[in-house]
Amino acid sequence: MVSVLTDVRRARHIAEQVPDPELPMLTLADLGVLREVSLAPDGTVVASLTPTYSGCPAMAEMRADVAARLAAAGYERVEIRTVLDPPWTSDWITPAGRRKLTEHGIAPPGAAPRHPAGPVPLVLTTTRRAAVPCPRCGSADTEETSRFAATSCKALWRCRACLEPFEYVKEI
Amino acid sequence: MSDDHVYLTLAEGHEDDTRWAYGTGFEDPLHGVDTTVPDGLDAAELAASCVALADDALVSAQRLAEWTTRAPELEEEVALANIGLDLLGQARLLYARAGQVDGTGRDEDAYAYFRDADDFRNVRLAELPNGDFAFSVVRLLALSSWRLAHFERLAAHPDPVLSAIAAKGVKELTYHRQYAAEWAVRLGDGTAESHRRMRTALERVAPYLGELFTAYDVRDEVVAVLRQVTEAGGLPMPVYRPLPGCGRAGEHTEHLTPLLAELQSVARAHPEATW
Repeated sequence: MVSVLTDVRRARHIAEQVPDPELPMLTLADLGVLREVSLAPDGTVVASLTPTYSGCPAMAEMRADVAARLAAAGYERVEIRTVLDPPWTSDWITPAGRRKLTEHGIAPPGAAPRHPAGPVPLVLTTTRRAAVPCPRCGSADTEETSRFAATSCKALWRCRACLEPFEYVKEI
Repeated sequence: MSDDHVYLTLAEGHEDDTRWAYGTGFEDPLHGVDTTVPDGLDAAELAASCVALADDALVSAQRLAEWTTRAPELEEEVALANIGLDLLGQARLLYARAGQVDGTGRDEDAYAYFRDADDFRNVRLAELPNGDFAFSVVRLLALSSWRLAHFERLAAHPDPVLSAIAAKGVKELTYHRQYAAEWAVRLGDGTAESHRRMRTALERVAPYLGELFTAYDVRDEVVAVLRQVTEAGGLPMPVYRPLPGCGRAGEHTEHLTPLLAELQSVARAHPEATW
């Protein structure tokens, strides 16, 4: 019989390898949405997930996938918990996740904005934000075409050097 | 399951319905969240707050979705649909929380599909027809500025679930307000026609601003944002005045019932259906 420690490590490894339904080049661990995998005293594997955006339709799919993979690996009792607090931030995308995004032509996010206490300031200056390097050719000569794209977490950009459009994971 | 065929596997038959993200029979969006209500909190008041905020979001999401196939450009259509999706997600979480604390045990579908217009507690500004793009931009600016300011305060609410929903929503609403504010400045400072339409939109939105300010004290903050945006866009600051009636008391314009009729038609025609 394997030790409890080995067992929880194995369960965590299985959950970590589940691909994200919308960005399948990333695992849930790469995306930073897998908060914790633990073993309850009765042997139940408890996996905690956090949604990226409130309306993210992939959340149900993620829950079902984690439960199915753990069940397929022989864990009979699996519980998936949703953790809302603290909310997900794009800063939790791992270095490996950022590298994979770039390899797939998606620009990874910069550092999430941090505001001092008090109202979130509205900035209307036309000052351009730090350039997002093109994930294909590396040029910094890029521009935003739309802050919203095919999924909640991405924006649309284009590269003026290689002329390719690309997606960019927003800082949040 | 092959990683490359996520969508193909979605189309196959499954005994486990939890993977379906569309249609009725949604799984609880608060699945696995600790749903205990802290001692000393007025459950009825908490539920009423959740329902009002969820109704604002659901009705707004429906109006934003109506822009699909009708927006001036594809990018704007995608943006408006995304903003609506965020709001729909917030509505689902808030309805689920309301059902846990108001003692009825209702699920999100019961709130969204099986209540009539006079049971809805959204502000009337949310239910007005879309009008032109300028009106939708001004309305989104007003609603997102108010909701952002209010959610910032709710992030410190003693109910841990409402506080977590609000903290998450703040990040989303910051993007919504930014989108609306940038368009408001661009249109106000644009052509004579876009400027004229923005003035008309501000005049049409103005009477409904007072209702936003009745329940929660974030008026100064919202007014400051509206002033900042109108000044940057060379537009007059809207002057609000009280308008009889109150959406928060279930008193709505004639526009909410047709909106709900469309939103609820399938669920009511097939009340037991899941798909």
